[in-house]
Amino acid sequence: MSQPLPMAGAPAQQVNSAGLSKNDYRGNPTTLCQGCGHNSISNQIIAACYEANVVPEKVIKFSGIGCSSKSPTYFLNRSFGFNSLHGRMPSLATGALFGDHRLKGLGISGDGDSASIGMGQFKHAMRRNVNMVYIIENNGVYGLTKGQFSATADKGLTLKKQGVNMYLPVDICMEALASRATFVARLFAGNAKQTKEVLKAALSHNGIAVLDIISPCVTFNNLESSYYSYSFGKEKEGPLHDISFHQASEGPQSTISYVPPKPEIKLEADMIDGEIREVALHDGSTIILKALEKDYDPTSRFEAMRVLEEAAANNWLVTGLVYVAPESPSLTDVHNLVETPLNRLTEKDLRPAPETIKTINDLMF
Amino acid sequence: MTQNRIVNDFSITVGTANGSGSSTANTTLLRALFKMGLPVSGKNLFPSNIQGLPTWYTIRVSGDGFTARREEQEIVVAMNPGSFVQDLASVTPGGAFYYADDIKLPINRDDISLYPMPVKQLVRANAEIPSNLRDLVANMVYVGILAQMIGIDQSKIEMALKFHFKNKEKPVSLNMSMIRAGAEWAAENLPKTDPYTLEPLDKTDGLIMTDGNTAAALGAIYGGVQFAGWYPITPASSLAEALNEYLPQLRKSEDGKNTFAVIQAEDELAAIGMCVGAGWSGLRALTSTSGPGMSLMTEYAGLAYFAEVPVVIWDIQRMGPSTGLPTRTSQGDLSFVYNMGHGDIDSLILLPGSINECFEFGWRSFDIAERIQTPVYVLSDLDMGMNQWMTEPFTYPDQPMDRGKVLWEEDLEKLGANWGRYKDTDGDGIGHRTLPGNTHPLSAYFTRGTGHTPEARYSEEPDVWVANINRLKKKYETAKQYLPKPIVKTAEGAKFGIIAYGSTDPAVEEARLKLERDHGLKSDYLRLRAIPFTREVSDFITAHERIYIIDMNRDGQLHQLLSMKYPEHATRLVSIAYNDGLPPTARWVRTAILEKEEN
Repeated sequence: MSQPLPMAGAPAQQVNSAGLSKNDYRGNPTTLCQGCGHNSISNQIIAACYEANVVPEKVIKFSGIGCSSKSPTYFLNRSFGFNSLHGRMPSLATGALFGDHRLKGLGISGDGDSASIGMGQFKHAMRRNVNMVYIIENNGVYGLTKGQFSATADKGLTLKKQGVNMYLPVDICMEALASRATFVARLFAGNAKQTKEVLKAALSHNGIAVLDIISPCVTFNNLESSYYSYSFGKEKEGPLHDISFHQASEGPQSTISYVPPKPEIKLEADMIDGEIREVALHDGSTIILKALEKDYDPTSRFEAMRVLEEAAANNWLVTGLVYVAPESPSLTDVHNLVETPLNRLTEKDLRPAPETIKTINDLMF
Repeated sequence: MTQNRIVNDFSITVGTANGSGSSTANTTLLRALFKMGLPVSGKNLFPSNIQGLPTWYTIRVSGDGFTARREEQEIVVAMNPGSFVQDLASVTPGGAFYYADDIKLPINRDDISLYPMPVKQLVRANAEIPSNLRDLVANMVYVGILAQMIGIDQSKIEMALKFHFKNKEKPVSLNMSMIRAGAEWAAENLPKTDPYTLEPLDKTDGLIMTDGNTAAALGAIYGGVQFAGWYPITPASSLAEALNEYLPQLRKSEDGKNTFAVIQAEDELAAIGMCVGAGWSGLRALTSTSGPGMSLMTEYAGLAYFAEVPVVIWDIQRMGPSTGLPTRTSQGDLSFVYNMGHGDIDSLILLPGSINECFEFGWRSFDIAERIQTPVYVLSDLDMGMNQWMTEPFTYPDQPMDRGKVLWEEDLEKLGANWGRYKDTDGDGIGHRTLPGNTHPLSAYFTRGTGHTPEARYSEEPDVWVANINRLKKKYETAKQYLPKPIVKTAEGAKFGIIAYGSTDPAVEEARLKLERDHGLKSDYLRLRAIPFTREVSDFITAHERIYIIDMNRDGQLHQLLSMKYPEHATRLVSIAYNDGLPPTARWVRTAILEKEEN
């Protein structure tokens, strides 16, 4: 089934501050199933990049293997991309982002790719704070191999060919917190606006932003009883807050986007009433969070763990910005690199001068 | 004193317990001999262990300049009760046996000179030694006693210690005091009854001494290495550690910033993944590992081959299969690396045969990888990588860097819409690549491990697949002109040919000389330095009726590869293959060839 993704948001002709129309952010037609949650995520990536004035050449797309990992060709055709090995996207992205430290990684993975075969690399990428948005399109099931349980499938889930899942699920957000990810969100693909706003914030974050997006598989795991179904999400989603993202005028991360002068933050009508919390990101952008039932502090790891536990205990699909540590140096920051991107250095920069060879020989015995 | 003196032609083996600090003593001995102008080689025969298991260090002195290991051991030093019986039995008849006299085990040899050493008394009697350092400096007692008994210049020992301790005065003087005490005691108490003696020569003038892993790392630095991802494994770790040591000295910018990054990864899967990412984004990327790590790296290596990503992979070979003998040397990975990846695959392999070639291939491998846009494997081994070798000084690269076919913004501006990542526009099979960060709107392409068109689009079309996989084969042909050619040595009236590679070279050269000297058997010799095989190899094979292929593995892997490549000449190729984990000896090569020649 191959059809162009319908466009979310603005009409195609309009241009953003980077001088690009929404078309400039599009990709090839999707080959995923009609109704797949991954397609709506791709759509929100296009919308978020457009609205955040991202320059596509300043983003590198990465993916592993699986349905989710096919999706990088469905958006940002003008960005470099690398569809790597099953579970091994994190290491590839880690190395590739050293080529030009001004670029932002945008990785798409799935629950099989990151929570099973790739768990090790996933966790180490977080620990190193690789400068990328790391999206896990989480549906609890292997799609391309036709419907086996994944490591995030609920215990007791019954699937046609597989029988009953006997094991407890991995909680990706919990893993992310344990591995000291500096930006952790859980989202529901059916909640487009929240997904888009968090994506924009994630693109502005310096370091790794892990987005665990519940993304229903309409073909293999969409029964009402499943945590990963549309109907469950629609009924049980409980956002922590209303989110809106306000882009900065300056900051290191803003190199990925064209940045207009900083607008005064104007709250949308529906945000005006209620308790407001602002989180300033490293590049000066701001995330505005409006409290819903009660105020939630996303800068506390302790609170984050508590809310995840609470949600798991109450069969509640908690969504929103679970945790953020805005001022954490990214991997390339801590490597103290020269200003010029490494991949633009020349022989003069890279080969020590001829006279040094004597010094080196003298250092040997 | 003895009847005949045997000067500058014998081996010294020291048996100690692992972790007792003997490596300082042993490399000090080796270096002192080197500074006396004596050609030497040292082999550390060590166990996979931190503390306690028996370990040996064997030094060969050869006035004639031979550096291969010898099986004979004329002088044996026994410091370890655990290996005492074995050490005693290993002394060549007429040789010398030095042993710590606190080892109270029976001595059943009367055909050798016996020299008990009061190691503990001498250490305790030395007031300069703090009690916590006694065990460590105890090894210097045998250095001092040997110095006295075989004639090692103490000033050269001091030079070696100063180098080892980076000119720190205190450890040098502590150790020297123990060495002097040993030498003085020996002068007063040990009459020499064996013939083995040293006399200074001038045969090491202008040479340096180092190990292959350090040479490889330095070569890589002169080759502009920008990214290294690695995971600790014996015997490869010291390569990455040498990068960490020398990169900050050689490759900081003027304002103290780094033009490189080295990351210790979580495993070898990640180490090579990072390097493939870095290579793809335009960096000179290197990873170093050994057999088990190569197994883990195979999937990414196949992707790098198919997606055409330059990356350099050093395999410092050790004994496999499995964990095998992790501290012993081997050439066991050749056929594996030749076929590294599933499906249709070709590997570019460099085979350094000396410390200098470790340095040279350190930089050259990047030029080849970027030119051909593919992984380049460099196969060293534990013997070359970790042992100290005397060698000519390193020489500065004699060619400018070859960064291969890379298009930047201005190039794309000229080419316009004609660009396609895998288009063979030059007819050499090699496409042009762009690198992330290129801001031209036409720069981006999508890299994948799945079937793709010349424009890098996904394709499952049979014709597209075949065209692509055949283009990759064409690249492999193109690569031949960029590879180091074999070194061919001929002898007038040669009866047969020999093909060898890597660290077996000293043993092969010595065997050739002795076959000629003692048996009148002259040989031609081709030392292979790269795969794929080039014209020089087929010429050599067709020019000889009988060619012995020397392999340090069980099955004769190079012999197998050559037989597959040249089936019409396979009957000319005779395998000489053996691997017990120890560096090869000339005697093995010589005996094996003689046996075949006589049959």
